[in-house]
Amino acid sequence: MSHEGLRTPSPGGDGPDLALSVDHLTKRFGDRVAFEDVSFGVARGEVFGFLGPNGAGKTTTVRTLATLLAPTSGSASVAGLALTPDNAAEIRQRISVMPESPGLYLRLSVRENLECFADLYEVADPRGRIDNALRAVSLSERAGDACGTLSKGLRQRVALARALLSDPEVLFLDEPTAGLDPVAARDVHELIDGLRKRGVTIFLTTHRLDEAERLCDRVAIMNTTLRTIGRPDELRAQLFSDSLVVRTLAALQVPDRVFGGLPAVSGWHEDAPGTYTVSVSDPTVAAPAVTRALVAAGADVLSIGEARHSLEDVYLELIDSAREESHP
Amino acid sequence: MNMSLRRVRAIVRKELRDYRRNRFLVFGMAILPLIFTIQPLIAVLVLSSSTVGALRNEHVLVYMLGIPALVPSIVAASAVAGERQQATLEPALTTPIRSDEFLLGKALAALIPSLAVAYFVFALFLAIVVLFAQPGIASALIQGPDLAAQLLFTPLLAAWSISVSIAISTRSSDVRVAQQLSTFASLPPAIVAILVALNVIPPSLPLAIAFAAILVILDVLGWQITARLFDREELITGSR
Repeated sequence: MSHEGLRTPSPGGDGPDLALSVDHLTKRFGDRVAFEDVSFGVARGEVFGFLGPNGAGKTTTVRTLATLLAPTSGSASVAGLALTPDNAAEIRQRISVMPESPGLYLRLSVRENLECFADLYEVADPRGRIDNALRAVSLSERAGDACGTLSKGLRQRVALARALLSDPEVLFLDEPTAGLDPVAARDVHELIDGLRKRGVTIFLTTHRLDEAERLCDRVAIMNTTLRTIGRPDELRAQLFSDSLVVRTLAALQVPDRVFGGLPAVSGWHEDAPGTYTVSVSDPTVAAPAVTRALVAAGADVLSIGEARHSLEDVYLELIDSAREESHP
Repeated sequence: MNMSLRRVRAIVRKELRDYRRNRFLVFGMAILPLIFTIQPLIAVLVLSSSTVGALRNEHVLVYMLGIPALVPSIVAASAVAGERQQATLEPALTTPIRSDEFLLGKALAALIPSLAVAYFVFALFLAIVVLFAQPGIASALIQGPDLAAQLLFTPLLAAWSISVSIAISTRSSDVRVAQQLSTFASLPPAIVAILVALNVIPPSLPLAIAFAAILVILDVLGWQITARLFDREELITGSR
């Protein structure tokens, strides 16, 4: 499968209305490359997924854009400001970061944690903002509880409330559902959905591909370098050709006689006895032809459908190809 | 961007709230003053009135300068290392807070309880001596120069302990190690005070002025070194 079209990612979202613009950014720690030559843009109000395996440089990218780490080379602008040491404090005023570990003061109550950060951001009307943030994450009832007594899911919600306090232009969420049970993860997803509706730009790093597929307008797949970037459906179309999945009760005796020479069919292979993937150029032409051919061959057809490739398929395909490149 | 007092106050308030609920810290801040108080207190309380003359040449009160020299290291050593250990440093550093605001907040949060403890224990010591020591002992023991030394050197010694402890804290990822090293690094001025109290170093006004000047210089240098050691990138990545 050719990935040539994906090797040079298009930054996307070009234009003046970018919340994030990253241009050939590189970060090295001595000889070790954390990420290299990364370029992309994120439009205001976009939910942008940043995917990649462990050690791919996702968290380092977030830390660099959040001004905690200085890039080795390249340039970027964050919330309309050039990523320079002089702008660091002003950039941090305009963004919020929710790190993978909530990092709460466990002996302090939920409200005391938020009071501290409201003052660090110098928000006006801190009491009102804290109440709003607590309501947004459904934690008003637990405001007086020490954070050390909360479950992991609730701590994650407090961290999200903390990130919302300053009403950020760009919100960086680093693995926001890591280690959460499905119910807590769903709650976080709903919160992110709510933020999207409010027009907050969200930069979401995650391992969870279902999460990225559900929440993100576009995703970037990263493995030290940027492997690809685009909408999940675009990536699927770029990476995988259209195909039909055909299931019959019994294996076909001579499949080539059934699938060979049909209109819009370019090839086929048997995945398992009675299960075939048929490569097609146009499913709307090929599907009826394949159905007629199967019936004519006397096959007992169980199902014929378009193959659906998930974001996980895209991800695995790209990461596997990257491994093959590095270990040929 | 000018220094924000609101952000400094946020750090101070958070730290003080945290200290209050940290039993180990409260215990540490209580036990150390006891060590520096009980021995001289017993020694003074058992003195008879006949020793008043000799006592006028003693400087028992200076011994208590060990409290401001060592107590701050207990809290200041956890200032940065504690935050790193609990993964609370990164969220704080991604706010607009500047390094000098963060460090000033941490230093004030260590200074306030340390001064409070040192002056309170000293006042308590004096009150007990006045109330329970033999007649004449209190007036012989409580001398103007010693009181002045206590007032002057308490903040200077505490400031040294705080700056050196925070400097160590920025280079350590383990709070206990930071506390041990900080206590050790805070010892030299405390030892000087104890040697003065024991009359090994004869106290004099020029000596006091010289000691105070050295402490001021050390405090300023210590603070500058601490500010330089506070490197966000190293603190976040642990790359050292």
